[in-house]
Amino acid sequence: MSMAQQAEPALGRPPASGPKGSDGRTTRRPLALRLLARPEVGVFLGAAAVLVFFLIAAPAVRQGSSMATILYQSSTIGIMALPVALLMIGGEFDLSSGVAVISSALTASMLSYQLTLNVWSGVIVALAVSLAVGFFNGWLVVKTGLPSFLITLGTFLILQGVNLAVTKLVTGNVATDDISDMDGFAQARKIFASSFDVGGVQVKITIVWWLVFAALATWVLLRTKYGNWIFAVGGNKESARAVGVPVTFTKISLFMLVGLGAWFVGMHNLFSFNTVQSGEGVSNELIYIAAAVIGGCLLTGGAGSAIGSVFGAFMFGMVNQGIVYAGWNPDWFKAFLGVMLLGAVLINQWVQRTATRR
Amino acid sequence: MDRSSPSRSRRLAPMVAVAAAAALTLAGCASAHGGKKAEEAAQNASAGKANTPRMTVALVTHQAPGDTFWDTVRKGAEAAAAKDNIKLVYSADPNAGNQANLVQNAIDQKVDGIAVTLAKPDAMKGVIGKAEQSGIPVVGLNSGLSDWKKLGMLEFFGQDESVAGEAFGDKLNTTGAKKIVCVVQEQGNVGLTQRCDGVQKTFKGTTETLYVNGTDMPSVRSTITAKLKQDSSIDTVVTLGAPFALTAVQSVGDAGSKAKVATFDLNKDLVKAVQNGSIEFAVDQQPYLQGYLAVDALWLYKYNGNYSGGGVQPVLTGPAFVDKSNVDKVAEFAAKGTR
Repeated sequence: MSMAQQAEPALGRPPASGPKGSDGRTTRRPLALRLLARPEVGVFLGAAAVLVFFLIAAPAVRQGSSMATILYQSSTIGIMALPVALLMIGGEFDLSSGVAVISSALTASMLSYQLTLNVWSGVIVALAVSLAVGFFNGWLVVKTGLPSFLITLGTFLILQGVNLAVTKLVTGNVATDDISDMDGFAQARKIFASSFDVGGVQVKITIVWWLVFAALATWVLLRTKYGNWIFAVGGNKESARAVGVPVTFTKISLFMLVGLGAWFVGMHNLFSFNTVQSGEGVSNELIYIAAAVIGGCLLTGGAGSAIGSVFGAFMFGMVNQGIVYAGWNPDWFKAFLGVMLLGAVLINQWVQRTATRR
Repeated sequence: MDRSSPSRSRRLAPMVAVAAAAALTLAGCASAHGGKKAEEAAQNASAGKANTPRMTVALVTHQAPGDTFWDTVRKGAEAAAAKDNIKLVYSADPNAGNQANLVQNAIDQKVDGIAVTLAKPDAMKGVIGKAEQSGIPVVGLNSGLSDWKKLGMLEFFGQDESVAGEAFGDKLNTTGAKKIVCVVQEQGNVGLTQRCDGVQKTFKGTTETLYVNGTDMPSVRSTITAKLKQDSSIDTVVTLGAPFALTAVQSVGDAGSKAKVATFDLNKDLVKAVQNGSIEFAVDQQPYLQGYLAVDALWLYKYNGNYSGGGVQPVLTGPAFVDKSNVDKVAEFAAKGTR
């Protein structure tokens, strides 16, 4: 909570609730400290530290093409981390987001293949399915008042089972059939999984989408009424409702946004790899949540930023690929990853503490 | 579809589906290429059927959900079960403790035979002993080559992962490879590690290992790309599963590298890739054969007292190489998902 309250005045935005922001103390603080108090600044410094570290430790990282690879990995995490961050600011969790990506890809692939349709039909139906899963999650959370942790753990297991069982039932195998020779594939690949040339470096289009979505999410969060609603329902649901925030709408729509993200990444997986294995996606939900939390989202809701999740995802991609670029003993891979992430998070937290204490 | 059903909703659902499909087709959404229509209706081989009394066999593996490899094992087991008039009970859990519980479950059901994989032999020791005490014959398949005899099992069907790795290394020597990277999709998996070690043993060049996150394809793709960029002297990427080989081909393109790709295990898309030359070769341990033989062996034991390998030698199902020279023969079976 404290982060959000400190952060809001720095934006010149009226506080979502309570008169606390106008006590005069924050305005006298030096600009640097006010900046540091923004939830995404800590993670920005953490990510910068990791980047500098690998630029020194791994010469291969200095090439433009290596950066494109790192950003590609970050983007597939980051596109999902954005709606996950918004959802967390809104005070909820989604554990089903990892397998939901695969559900969406499976739906599009199997529908197009089995009915021999233009792949765009599958893409559109998959969008509907993804949004429906999000709606179901949100609706159940709002109606039952149960923790979203439990509800989405349920959907996680359901989707995992359905992914496998339906794929097996429909295709007779546990992976979908190759749809790369079907109508509409080339077109869809252009949108979801193409790459383009920037100064001799092949850049994946997901990176562009990621930055566009991040800008959009930041604008929505900071400049629109809907953004205020998200902070309000995550901070205190009851008082938000009392001042006229449509809590039900906000929460359900946030879950549906996660569905939208899952659809997009799912389409990327499908059009990038032509087929989908039904067992994929498990445990990615934790990476999305980690990127959001590293990016400054509170686990309890009500505070955080969209842009923070961008740095969170970048940090994850950077560490993941940096270890490979550095050519370190791969047996230690996971341990290195954990240590670097913890280190980055500690820098993040230290910055937050120093900035907000005075 | 039960059209006379009085239930409105039950009648409605398929109708909606059909209507939606029809609408999509009419709206000009049909694809002129590929898809189900292009897929040949594959005829399953029918090898007659046993008239022996029905028996029950449990197949318990360490499959993780949604893995194409294990799906092929299961298909082989189902084919044998259908032929031998066997009721096949399939269950799987990648966690060794849970897998042991599933074997116990089969013992409780008083099945006539158990086929089991030994990814973690020590964890399975106790429960396999129990099955033998209850007079249930147990055969091994896939993994546990060095342990099946110690555990008192009847026979074993599988590939020696080290032998397969060594054969792989030999084959690499003939392709002129100098430096390879062995891509492991699951850190800590014993069988996968044995494969890489086997390759390293016979391969005359340099071998490096790379760990990737097998459940996240974009991550696999970028990690292999990163490795190829970090070390441009790598001329061959060795993967340990078919889907990862196909992804590795994309990584090679991303990295602008000239490296070749070779792999363990097959699936139907991989067969196409061998045909079009984007993948050098694949070594096949014939998972269909493993599932088939394990179940069939229990039938033979019950009705004729036979056991392959005389209870002393394992029955090896691999390594069988698939490359340009024989891929067309394999392709027709792979299309059915049985190779």
